Amino acid sequence: MTALEVKNLHAGVDGKAILHGLDLTVRAGEIHALMGPNGSGKSTLSHVLMGHIRYEVYEGDVLLDGTSILGLLPHYRARLGLFLGFQYPQEVPGIKMGSFLNAAYKRMHPENEMEIPEFFAYVDERMNLLKLDPSFGARYLNDGFSGGEKKRAEVLQMLVLAPRIAILDESDSGLDIDALKTVAEAIDHFASPEVGILLITHYQRLLDYVTPDFVHVMVDGRIVRSGGSDLAQKLEELGYKWIKEEATVEVT
Amino acid sequence: MVLEQETVNREYKYGFRDDIEYVYRTAKGLSEDVVREISGLKDEPEWMLKMRLRGYSHFLERVMPDWGGDLDDIDFDDIRYYLKPSEKEGRSWDEVPDKIRETFDRLGIPEAERKFLAGVGAQYDSEVVYHKTLKHLEEQGVVFMGTDAALKEYPEIFKEYFATLVPPEDNKFAALNTAVWSGGSFVYVPKGVKVEQPLQAYFRINSENMGQFERTLIIGDEDCQFHYIEGCTAPTYTTNSLHAAVVEVIAKPGAIVRYTTLQNWSDNVYNLVTKRAYAYENSTVEWVDANIGSRLTMKYPSVYLVGKGAKTEILSVAYAGKGMHQDAGAKAIHLASDTQSRITSKSVSQNGGRVTYRGHLAVAKGARNVKSNVRCDALMLDAVSRSDTYPYMDIEEEDASITHEATVGKISEDVLYYLMSRGLTENEAMNMVVLGFLEIFTKELPMEYAVEFNRLIKMEIEGNVG
Repeated sequence: MTALEVKNLHAGVDGKAILHGLDLTVRAGEIHALMGPNGSGKSTLSHVLMGHIRYEVYEGDVLLDGTSILGLLPHYRARLGLFLGFQYPQEVPGIKMGSFLNAAYKRMHPENEMEIPEFFAYVDERMNLLKLDPSFGARYLNDGFSGGEKKRAEVLQMLVLAPRIAILDESDSGLDIDALKTVAEAIDHFASPEVGILLITHYQRLLDYVTPDFVHVMVDGRIVRSGGSDLAQKLEELGYKWIKEEATVEVT
Repeated sequence: MVLEQETVNREYKYGFRDDIEYVYRTAKGLSEDVVREISGLKDEPEWMLKMRLRGYSHFLERVMPDWGGDLDDIDFDDIRYYLKPSEKEGRSWDEVPDKIRETFDRLGIPEAERKFLAGVGAQYDSEVVYHKTLKHLEEQGVVFMGTDAALKEYPEIFKEYFATLVPPEDNKFAALNTAVWSGGSFVYVPKGVKVEQPLQAYFRINSENMGQFERTLIIGDEDCQFHYIEGCTAPTYTTNSLHAAVVEVIAKPGAIVRYTTLQNWSDNVYNLVTKRAYAYENSTVEWVDANIGSRLTMKYPSVYLVGKGAKTEILSVAYAGKGMHQDAGAKAIHLASDTQSRITSKSVSQNGGRVTYRGHLAVAKGARNVKSNVRCDALMLDAVSRSDTYPYMDIEEEDASITHEATVGKISEDVLYYLMSRGLTENEAMNMVVLGFLEIFTKELPMEYAVEFNRLIKMEIEGNVG
């Protein structure tokens, strides 16, 4: 069964250690929310999992379906079914969204041969879910997109590329309430017994619309508390402060 | 003048050569006798011989240009200036000698002609071996033929325009071309005629140590519209070949003329070309110019906006891999009021390749209400490649509206990572970024050429990954 396992992960970037022994398992059929204050290492975790070459792993392991993926370049991880929705997606002028999706889909699902019209119908269906205009496919990848369009474009890529494990890094930030609902509905639509989802978020508000099975709180490069969706509620009421204080007590 | 062998390792699918028996060839080297010999062989009128000799004498006097690429390895005595591959200009491919026809087959020319071209000219070394135009266009008075044939068939119009835009004294290589020119395209599109499909010329160098000096003369009469495309390739040799062409384009009032070049020389070719257009009242000249390959290219398509309301758009792209220097750019000379120009240059350098943008924008005294927009973007794929920009401007009217933007960028690690996270390999990601960077050019090409251009760029990038 599909599972992403993070074991005692110590990692950092540009010589700076950021993750200090992180453990997390996301199985197919589960929705996890990873919360935490700014600077706790949430985005670092997402890039270490996807394999950004600037990030270094000092200790621990990351397994997909029981096999370590730490030695793999990002495109191999993607082809194994791992997906990262970026907090800050890159702009690629001159490359149309539609042809980019087609190129990526062919590499992620070489077994599903789709003719171009069939593929574009498949994409249009998913653009509808996200209330994106059909002309979106003819725009250049993230080039000149508004903040909200970038977030929706990342979620669109997830829907189209159909990964088995999807990490969404702050796909909710910067969205107005209508856009937030649309994105949440698309995530709900995507959730199934075959896929595992890890939502990285700073705020609780996305979780009003997507109910996670597990909520983890990350502080200083470690998960300091895990629980059900009620944990997110408690964070909303009390803020991160009480968790930080508890965490400090535990460590000392 | 032997190139280092390693520069010849580029994956270049047009690098094959043919063993053919030439009908005629001059001895190596250049002299007044060679000039007279070429003119005599072609049975030219006296005025043309005089013009050639004028070019030759200026070529001798003029010093080598030292402001651009490195020309030190050109040995003018080691070059053959005229090679005649066949007896005549064929009007059907059956009339073209077998081996030469096979070469053009391999280059896909007859196939493209059947599918989507209005006319085709094919030059092999010094002479045009084939030309043909669709019948209905000929009936409307469209002329598309080899320049030598045109001198015989349309002597008056030829004499009226030849060397009026690029006189023999213009520069050293224009002087050389005037002295020994052979082949090239002659196009005349009559008043009001619109040619929907492109007219295509293909220039192939086959022989080693060869100089190809085609001379192209294009005249668009009032309110006509057409698109001329040229492609160029050559075999890969360890010694150098020289390509020094001159192109003159006249767009009469109201004409819309587009000239597209897809140059893909092997890396042993010095490509030193003078291209100039005159745009008369309310006409439009579009210059779309792609330079891949060659050891050194120096080429700056120029448009003189001589009539009120004339417009030009010059779009040039260049790719330089290992052992290549693309010194290219554009010139827009505004000599009349209400004229507009837009210059866009995109260059990519990789694996030690070098690109130089050299542009000239001028607004003459008395040319009021001029608008011009210049943009040049350079993308370097690694730290060992080089890019320089020299934009010259002479603006003599205060009401001119001029914008100039230039960017130099490296391919970002974060962009590659982003694309790789979607299943693309690093190479595929790099290709995608480069093709996106050049898309402003590709989208101007007919679809068949755009596909071919993208394929060539991918091959170059993959062949040059360190």
